[in-house]
Amino acid sequence: MKMQFMLLFSRQGKLRLQKWYVPLSDKEKKKITRELVQTVLARKPKMCSFLEWRDLKIVYKRYASLYFCCAIEDQDNELITLEIIHRYVELLDKYFGSVCELDIIFNFEKAYFILDEFLLGGEAQETSKKNVLKAIEQADLLQETPVPHPDLSGSLDSWVDTLKDFHRPSSDQLPAMHIFVHVTFIFWGR
Amino acid sequence: MPAVSKGDGMRGLAVFISDIRNCKSKEAEVKRINKELANIRSKFKGDKALDGYSKKKYVCKLLFIFLLGHDIDFGHMEAVNLLSSNKYTEKQIGYLFISVLVNSNSDLIRLINNAIRNDLASRNPTFMNLALHCIANVGSREMAEAFVSDIPRILVAGETMDSVKQSAALCLLRLNRTSPDLVPMGEWTARVVHLLNDQHLGVVTAATSLITTLAQKSPEDFKTSVVLAVARLSRIVTSAAIDLQDYTYYFVAAPWLSVKLLRLLQCYPPPEDAALRSRLTECLETILNKVQEPPKSKKVQHSNAKNAVLFEAIALIIHHDSEPNLLVRACNQLGQFLQHRETNLRYLALESMCLLASSEFSHEAVKTHIETVINALKTERDVSVRQRAVDLLYAMCDRSNSKQIVAEMLSYLETADYSIREEIVLKVAILAEKYAVDYTWYVDTILNLIRIAGDYVSEEVWYRVIQIVINRDDVQGYAAKTVFEALQAPACHENLVKVGGYILGEFGNLIAGDPRSSPLVQFNLLHSKFHLCSVPTRALLLSAYIKFINLFPEVKGTIQDVLRSDSQLRNADVELQQRAVEYLRLSCIASTDILATVLEEMPPFPERESSILAKLKKKKGSSKLPDLDDVRRSVNGSTDHAENTEATETSVSNTVLAFSLYRTEPTGIITLPCDDDFRFVCKNNGVIYENQLLQIGLKSEYRQNLGRMYVFYGNKTSTQFLSFSSAVTSSDILKTHILQTVDPMIEGGAQVQQILNIECLSDFSDAPVLSIQFRYGGTLQNIAVKLPVMLNKFFQPTEMTSQDFFQRWKQLGAPRQEVQKIFKAQHQMDSDVAKAKLLGFGVALLDGVDPNPANFVGAGIVHSKTTQVGCLLRLEPNTQAQMYRLTLRTSKDSVSQRLCELLSDQF
Repeated sequence: MKMQFMLLFSRQGKLRLQKWYVPLSDKEKKKITRELVQTVLARKPKMCSFLEWRDLKIVYKRYASLYFCCAIEDQDNELITLEIIHRYVELLDKYFGSVCELDIIFNFEKAYFILDEFLLGGEAQETSKKNVLKAIEQADLLQETPVPHPDLSGSLDSWVDTLKDFHRPSSDQLPAMHIFVHVTFIFWGR
Repeated sequence: MPAVSKGDGMRGLAVFISDIRNCKSKEAEVKRINKELANIRSKFKGDKALDGYSKKKYVCKLLFIFLLGHDIDFGHMEAVNLLSSNKYTEKQIGYLFISVLVNSNSDLIRLINNAIRNDLASRNPTFMNLALHCIANVGSREMAEAFVSDIPRILVAGETMDSVKQSAALCLLRLNRTSPDLVPMGEWTARVVHLLNDQHLGVVTAATSLITTLAQKSPEDFKTSVVLAVARLSRIVTSAAIDLQDYTYYFVAAPWLSVKLLRLLQCYPPPEDAALRSRLTECLETILNKVQEPPKSKKVQHSNAKNAVLFEAIALIIHHDSEPNLLVRACNQLGQFLQHRETNLRYLALESMCLLASSEFSHEAVKTHIETVINALKTERDVSVRQRAVDLLYAMCDRSNSKQIVAEMLSYLETADYSIREEIVLKVAILAEKYAVDYTWYVDTILNLIRIAGDYVSEEVWYRVIQIVINRDDVQGYAAKTVFEALQAPACHENLVKVGGYILGEFGNLIAGDPRSSPLVQFNLLHSKFHLCSVPTRALLLSAYIKFINLFPEVKGTIQDVLRSDSQLRNADVELQQRAVEYLRLSCIASTDILATVLEEMPPFPERESSILAKLKKKKGSSKLPDLDDVRRSVNGSTDHAENTEATETSVSNTVLAFSLYRTEPTGIITLPCDDDFRFVCKNNGVIYENQLLQIGLKSEYRQNLGRMYVFYGNKTSTQFLSFSSAVTSSDILKTHILQTVDPMIEGGAQVQQILNIECLSDFSDAPVLSIQFRYGGTLQNIAVKLPVMLNKFFQPTEMTSQDFFQRWKQLGAPRQEVQKIFKAQHQMDSDVAKAKLLGFGVALLDGVDPNPANFVGAGIVHSKTTQVGCLLRLEPNTQAQMYRLTLRTSKDSVSQRLCELLSDQF
């Protein structure tokens, strides 16, 4: 797998997340994004999830209002990339609890952190959903707590173990990416 | 909203994001952003020290603004400060900012690297991971230099946590991709291979990717991974899905890891050890069997994951290309997918089958699916799937089915999407030529192509049909008859007129016996198209007319009348006018014998590879196109590009020459100055230009900022060149002066010399252009050549001691003074040759400066009138990777840049 980049964009063509695994100039990135968003949005729903673009293969899938779009190299496996996308959606869904586009807009940094735990350098780093979420939760627990001394690290694992698993039990359900209906941002008040 | 309650809500950020979302227009958004930027700037500049939270918030806002597509030019320092915060979220945001907005500002890089180094040493796995993610995300050369030796150590250390190992593995992989020369192989490689045995599947997953990348670079070092990979794969495919717990994905055992292991095995040939080989075959068979089992879930994720593994297994089977049994099974499986209800699977089946078609073992099996594929071409609703079907038909074509496939492609062409028409045209043209048993079929096919998709028929295609007709006596009469008939159509494509004009001009006599295609009828037919055609085609038709005068004396009068008409003799287009005048004159004054000699039938073209094939390869990228002749795919899946392109260029230029009579060249031959002639960077003498008429040679010498060039013009013909003149144009910073003009007449076979003085005022990059004009046999010839005057010509070599060198090297340490380039060797990496080139480049080579004797270190001064620029260079060959790294430091950045461009092209 040599993923070159991953883009998340809305049906209106707004870019929601961009992750580049190859060095490109900002100008080139913008050009690629523009071209690709246009190409993908122009495709009809029943069409196949793969297309050739320049010398790359594009793998994309739409979840509710968001398109997830990856570029891989010629020899790479399209189907496993499609499931990379799905696993990432599952991770977002678990973390945010029924994720919707708004979650990704307002917590974009979290979306990046989760992606980094899952994919690194364009390759799958950890495919276990539990392990990825564990890493993120561990980090969340640390949030405002100052970590003055590196030696605390030893106890981190035990901290997490005492956490009750607040996730729903793993199911065979496709997470629904809800098109947002709740436009008020009550949760920011907390 | 669990996320936010868990998280670190930054209220100010949320408010800002909703403000942006509420903006009604782009202008309003920009206004809001500018307001925010001003606010942040003032906060950052303010006297009051910001607390960590505010700093984090503002940095996060800047990041958001950047991700919206706006430029951010400040805040980097604040982000770097966050890296050393002892609060995790602050550190995390700092790292995110750095990862997204990398800045090559060297001061910051040092600070960033310091922070990373601290975190790597912290032994806190969460911090170590953040640092490793940052290195992997940025992946810059500076970071590679700073950390490439630490990471393997972290990766194989016994006490490293699993999650850190995973990050370290992929971090190293990324650095290896960006700076392969920096990643050293060492005793750690064996231990990395052993990670394939690790208990933690996440570690194995990450390590497999790393090993695959490294194995591609140095297969020998990682050979032992094959045994371990097969063992691991075997354990996965035979395990019950639940055994692997969370690594089971929709009832499929570790699909990602399986795919990666299969991918790793594709770096190697089939195992030689019989036991290992049979174990692998068993694995592959199990994978093929599993697809036949009833699905354990109806979810698309289940079938996708299962089939992802299957397709990778098939890729391995095709790569090995040694087990006929497996190849045929793979083919049958793909055959089933061809009719699957999932579009994705049909697409992939067509794609994989293309590769199978190129294996001799499975070619026949693939052919049995021809009807299904043709049907896909007709019925698939998605153009990308139809495209795959075209590719597969092309790949499965051979002598037995070529007529059917070409016919189907032609009929598809009538309705094909515009985006893929040109490619189909090329494919049809290639297949028709390759599998033509009788050339009448070939001629029909190409004429059909022009009829159906004339706009997409490129020059290569119609040149080729003419070459073939000219080279084969048996088809000439048929071709003449067929084009004559095709031209009867009231509206025919201009390309058909071109082919028709050429062929009738050469072979019209073969059908002239029939009164229905008598010479006059032929001429009238061609001439009826004349007025609808573009200038180049008209020029071609005029040539056909003069050929007619030779072939059919009876229509001479008619044609002369046409040539004599005002619309020809006084045509506004100079080329048409010239042809009309000359042809008319020729027909009037030349005797029949002379006419017959001048207008003789074109000689056969030399046999050569079809330039169409090369064009298709160029268009598609070689890896996508199964080579029809090449039954086995090369191990790396790539074919030699350079060779192909070269072949195209020569054959195209030959074609162009052969066609010059039929083509427009307004005032003789104009050669436009091409790109810089890099051949002359390291040498001062040689031939810089040559065509059939003229040869231009050079000798030059340079001293400090002055140069003198002796230019030799050789007349290669036996006729005089008249009104010969030459001029040199150059930029203001490079003065050129011709010492004496050349006599306007150069006798046949003679050589004359001209002297040119050159003065370099300041550093430059544009070479002067030498333009020459002369008359040869009545035609005015214009030639323009770039003179090989490059900045390095004004080098003066400088010897210095090792100590001096390093002192100066340090002095030239500002970021823009150094230019570095890493590039693949284009020539064989020979140390003596490299040395000669560097000396030719103009620097002094300093021995004993670089601790590595294989490296070159050089020094010199570039002289110009205004300044003298000291230059130090270092060239490090890496024979293993076939790469060079070139580093140049000079006191002027434009000089560093230019010299690097010039020199790096030499190796």
